[in-house]
Amino acid sequence: MPDWLIVRTFWDLTVTGLALGSIYALVALGYTLVYGVLRLINFAHSEIFMVGTFSALIASTQLLNIPMLEDGNYPYRTGGTLVLFLVFILFAAMFISGVGAVALERIAYRPLRGNGDAFGAIVLAFLTSFVIGLIFVNETKANLIIACVGTAPISYSYLRFFKRGKKAPRLAFLISAIGASTAIAEAVGIWGPNRREQYQTPRILEKKVLFSALGTDVRIDYVIVIVGALLMMIALTLFVNKTKLGRGVRAVAQDAETARILGVNVDLIIVVTFALGGVMAGGAAMLFTMVYDQSRFNIGFILGVKSFTAAVLGGIGNLKGALLGGFMLGLVENYGSALFGGQWKDVIAFVVLLVVLMVRPTGILGESLGRARV
Amino acid sequence: MSRLWELWKRLQSLSTDVQVRWKSMSRVQRLSGYVLGVLALYLAPWWPKIPGIGWLVNTPGTQFSTVLNDQVIIFVLVALGLNVVVGLAGLLDLGYVGFYAVGAYVVGVLTSQHASLPWLVVLPIAVVVSMLFGVILGTPTLRLRGDYLAIVTLGFGEIIRISAKNLDWLGASRGISDIGRPPSIGPLKFGVIDPKPYYWLGLTLVFLVVFCLYRLEESRVGRAWTAIREDEDAAELMGVNTFKFKLWAFAIGAAVGGLAGAHYAGKVGFISPDNFPLQLSILFLAAVVLGGSGNMYGAILGGIMVAWLPERFRNFTDKRVLVFGIALVLVMVFRPEGLLPRRVRTKSPMKPASDGQEVAQ
Repeated sequence: MPDWLIVRTFWDLTVTGLALGSIYALVALGYTLVYGVLRLINFAHSEIFMVGTFSALIASTQLLNIPMLEDGNYPYRTGGTLVLFLVFILFAAMFISGVGAVALERIAYRPLRGNGDAFGAIVLAFLTSFVIGLIFVNETKANLIIACVGTAPISYSYLRFFKRGKKAPRLAFLISAIGASTAIAEAVGIWGPNRREQYQTPRILEKKVLFSALGTDVRIDYVIVIVGALLMMIALTLFVNKTKLGRGVRAVAQDAETARILGVNVDLIIVVTFALGGVMAGGAAMLFTMVYDQSRFNIGFILGVKSFTAAVLGGIGNLKGALLGGFMLGLVENYGSALFGGQWKDVIAFVVLLVVLMVRPTGILGESLGRARV
Repeated sequence: MSRLWELWKRLQSLSTDVQVRWKSMSRVQRLSGYVLGVLALYLAPWWPKIPGIGWLVNTPGTQFSTVLNDQVIIFVLVALGLNVVVGLAGLLDLGYVGFYAVGAYVVGVLTSQHASLPWLVVLPIAVVVSMLFGVILGTPTLRLRGDYLAIVTLGFGEIIRISAKNLDWLGASRGISDIGRPPSIGPLKFGVIDPKPYYWLGLTLVFLVVFCLYRLEESRVGRAWTAIREDEDAAELMGVNTFKFKLWAFAIGAAVGGLAGAHYAGKVGFISPDNFPLQLSILFLAAVVLGGSGNMYGAILGGIMVAWLPERFRNFTDKRVLVFGIALVLVMVFRPEGLLPRRVRTKSPMKPASDGQEVAQ
């Protein structure tokens, strides 16, 4: 065996690649679910992930009062406390991301489907009068007051407009998604806890080596990430395959019009889909902050692009495809950067995607959320 | 609110009035109207001096003619090119910045990095090379549909940027400096300080591109693109060679993108990979869809909006990107077809006998 970097560190790369891949896979699930049901690239999904990382930060520093450093060391917790804290942070991130995804759907997508509701009208009216207010005064408190005053009349007229019942072209959804994505990232950049700087999350899990195999030390956080991602994925698959709502999701993915005729509440199913995607992104966000201890307001964009690549690689609209694509992308990036140098890893990822799509134009496993087997 | 609605209706009827008046004018009157309009555009650098509307257009923080050239002209050119790909042929391209970068880098490499050819000679080379890149990217990927194409083109844009960043031959992350400028003709000096000549050059390029694209759009090629956009399978069945025309759309779009890049490189004289981030592709796409994809004038309007608005509102520095994002959502909610939607073709392209004398003659 030659003494190449990739040979020496092969198993190291495999472990870290799988951990990174799990994060990709969890975020990719959100893209895949929404794409399967609405045929829409939910471009703002990455920002839902970013919001999740911030929820994890706020949950651990504000709600659990964990300091960044304790007696000059990381604020490690052990035993039951650790598990309890981790689970709490996980649920906090999942909850906020899920709520965020649902809100996003009602503000940025539902009006475009031609059946916007009062919630979307009020938020959009608030945003409109916020933007108008900015022209006159650039001071946050005054802006907010102007925005609140303007909300009522504007939302009334918006609501009337929403009832036209006409569906917008597909590109409009994409641009709306891009706009929402930009707005969310910027809002966090302006008013978020650490503004535009990178922030650190307190490290409560001591990153011990769990076991050594094949000459590689496997750290506990990597194991938690991979196992956690797999568990969440299994839970999601069970939900989609076994429950009534899951059956609705599959029905709408197959044929929304027919599903509506057969009595499926399509709007509810779409909300459920977004909520599921958001919850998965929240889980990914918590795991991400646990491994990498950091986040930033603009972290979503690149990660979102990667995750979407993963979803397409496995076959978009296909839950198993998202898992496979995520793991594959994580591994390819790691092996690729060992072979050609870290600066080329994105190029390698995209070239692999291109090659796969040339051989299998709908991804490795094909599109199949709508089929009977998921 | 009802008052606002009335105002809106009044504005709409006013615009139809203007259109009717315009159509009823004689040919000479219309021609002089065009000439005046073009003249006004060439005099745009002095618009902020006009009392009354000057404050509206002026951009605080940056010289107005710099904004006109570096932002508006570039975005209009790019929006025109991308409109061919997205609006006419209906192919979602998220990596358009790649072609823009290719155009700029060809100029950079041939006028400064590895040769010192004059800018004017390199310009057509840049356009042709971008076009080739369009074909190279298009040939394997255009068989993919819709959103698969989107992610692959996005990857292409990244590949171009990362390659430029890591290849020493392309100046790596230092970029390329001392790029050749357009030749000075008489009093038109293409220097460092005055951006006006570049603006005039750019505007001329825009007119040229508009003319060519207009001709294309009204031709057989344009109709084939429309057919592909509306229903690819139906177009194929009707005997349109969809792959060929999609490739053409890609190549022509790429060529215009390359032209914009070449113009940009000639003006700023320095390019680095950081000038071509992925986000720029998104902005380009936003310009096309915001203005009205499929309508050339819509794309132009969108390009102007996306380029000029952030500069106009520079005084709320840190919030302008936020405002931009919110504005995108709002425009899409209330005008999902864009600000200037494409005309729905009511007449048959084959011109029925009752419609025109040209057929009879």
